Amino acid sequence: MNRDALLELLYMLSNTPGTSGDEIEVRRALRPHLEGHVESLRVDAMGNLIAHKKGTGAHDLRVLLTAHMDEVGLMVVDHTGEGALKVATSGSIDARLLPGLEVRVGPQARPGVIGIKAIHRADEDENVIPVSALTVDIGAHDREEALELAPIGTRITFATTAHPLGQLVAGKAFDDRAGCAALVALLQGPPLPCDVFGVFTVQEEVGLRGARVAGYTVAPAAAFVLEGTIADDLPKEEEGSPTSEIGKGPVLTVMDRSYVADPRLVRLVIQVATAAGIPYQFKQPGIGGTDAGTIHFTREGVPAITLAIPCRYIHGPVALLDPQDLEHTVALLRASLEQLTPEVIQRP
Amino acid sequence: MDLELLTQLTQAFGPPGYEEEIRAVIREVVTPLADSVWVDPLGSLVALKRGTGGGKKTVLAAHMDEIGVMVTYVDEKGYLRFTRMGGISPLMHIGGRVRFADGTVGVISVERREDSSKIPALEQLYIDVGASSREDAPVKVGDPAVFMRPLVAQGRRLISKTLDDRVGCYVLIETLRRLGPTPDDLYFLFSVQEEVTLSGARTSAYKIDPDMALAVDVTMTGDTPKALPMAVEMGKGPAIKVQDSGMIAHPAVRDLLIAAAERVGIPYQREILLGGSTDAAAMQLVRGGVPSGCVSIPCRYVHSPSEMVDVTDVEQTVALLSAALAPA
Repeated sequence: MNRDALLELLYMLSNTPGTSGDEIEVRRALRPHLEGHVESLRVDAMGNLIAHKKGTGAHDLRVLLTAHMDEVGLMVVDHTGEGALKVATSGSIDARLLPGLEVRVGPQARPGVIGIKAIHRADEDENVIPVSALTVDIGAHDREEALELAPIGTRITFATTAHPLGQLVAGKAFDDRAGCAALVALLQGPPLPCDVFGVFTVQEEVGLRGARVAGYTVAPAAAFVLEGTIADDLPKEEEGSPTSEIGKGPVLTVMDRSYVADPRLVRLVIQVATAAGIPYQFKQPGIGGTDAGTIHFTREGVPAITLAIPCRYIHGPVALLDPQDLEHTVALLRASLEQLTPEVIQRP
Repeated sequence: MDLELLTQLTQAFGPPGYEEEIRAVIREVVTPLADSVWVDPLGSLVALKRGTGGGKKTVLAAHMDEIGVMVTYVDEKGYLRFTRMGGISPLMHIGGRVRFADGTVGVISVERREDSSKIPALEQLYIDVGASSREDAPVKVGDPAVFMRPLVAQGRRLISKTLDDRVGCYVLIETLRRLGPTPDDLYFLFSVQEEVTLSGARTSAYKIDPDMALAVDVTMTGDTPKALPMAVEMGKGPAIKVQDSGMIAHPAVRDLLIAAAERVGIPYQREILLGGSTDAAAMQLVRGGVPSGCVSIPCRYVHSPSEMVDVTDVEQTVALLSAALAPA
């Protein structure tokens, strides 16, 4: 897939709403980009979209590749007498960035604005307004109208439309639509030596739930998880880890809060990157968690690794990434899968 | 007591996910003792001793991995920042040393702080490998390291790094060495990644699909100055787990162990551990559920570089397991 097509796909996926448990529109958006490129496409009981792409027959390893479809957002939990929506977060969002934001509410993508009730600016050092004190205004006149337009459980996402930004691109939900775009690009390519199960997972942001059952269903010999990860690479007051940096290539996880990546897969990816001249970096160990955290302990155990595209400002309304990192991630994943033989992960 | 073996076990490198070295040590010892030996996908080692009877399957699990640290950042001057692999507390490690897989040794120290009376955060500690710059540092982000301390035998007490849970591995090996014919098939599971996720025991127990599972691990004691109240003391015999923060032992498993101890006259202690758990917590919940329990070796200073156990407790733990698994 060339860069224009890859970015067009990323923009489309980024613009599509899909909070945890409500990934149907993302799933629907992905399907036409997979049909014709994979042998089968199905949806499991949790809502994971499972694409099976047969290997060349060089060996019989089953390899699971995942990217999660869900994004962080809000959910309607109540209505005020004045017709505003009370909300809770779905996934982790920093409450400091919410007041005043434009949002999209429900399946009709109804415009809304996050306001604050009883706003007062007398004290600039006012504490962070908790999400429970925020309201979303959709222009409803009263409770009845609000109830009808946005009943309890209605999904709310950031209103961002993806676009280029200098050499970078900007958009919402790059965590993990960037991973979804990379996985589509891989699946659209020629067959690999291994049997590939590309799974677009659900409910990652609320507890790595979709991946867990996908791991059980696929019962793979190894798993590669694709992510959009934290790049905390702005200048710091004190020298310290940026977690990852944009423009420095795919980000390898060695260990995070959810699992320890298989050292043999880490070695393989490093060797492949070095041989192919693809830049790579290590994610700051001990930070965050990914779908690998629940895949690796399914059934008899699954050696796993996470490859991520570094993104600034994830879990906010606008994230930034470098298209070159996205392309390098697709290239590194493909090259690694080409070199993944049974010998790499066998246990003599 | 085979102190040579326990020395080898405690000193072998094996932070979570990086258990190759300790696995090789154990594999060499158990291979001639077992009917078959294999390694599972995540790296756990299993030694099977076949039983004489109806083919019931019992798992005995001790974990090979040890707590450690992983490099998160190498600064311009070559100092390392790090994160925890398993539960470590800054207070236990300042002034201590770590060793990387390639033998590189580092000193753990702490930044100067405005208020030095407060316990520092882990982020305020660093490792000094003697490098003079980032380029000169012999290690990189993502490299794991373990704490250093030799094994010392002093009277009836043993002091060493990583008695958690290499003394459990030792108990499993000694049990395998001494045990005569047993009715059940016994799966001696040397698990990986206990200190972080319990994933090794969980996945190997899934594969084995056992009828009963026992973890053999260390537990804390209440016998030190101003310790948290806990009715387990070092030197008073193996502790039979009633419950911990991750598992309630199956009453029949607990009582099987108690009956065995009473039958052969081994002193034992009933254990309730308020903070912490073992591989049994994960094994209990695989597939449709597995009746599970745990035998613990009382250990002072767990997760410090100088853990302490009593030789008699260790030997009696072997005797208790033997009595429970091979009823005369």
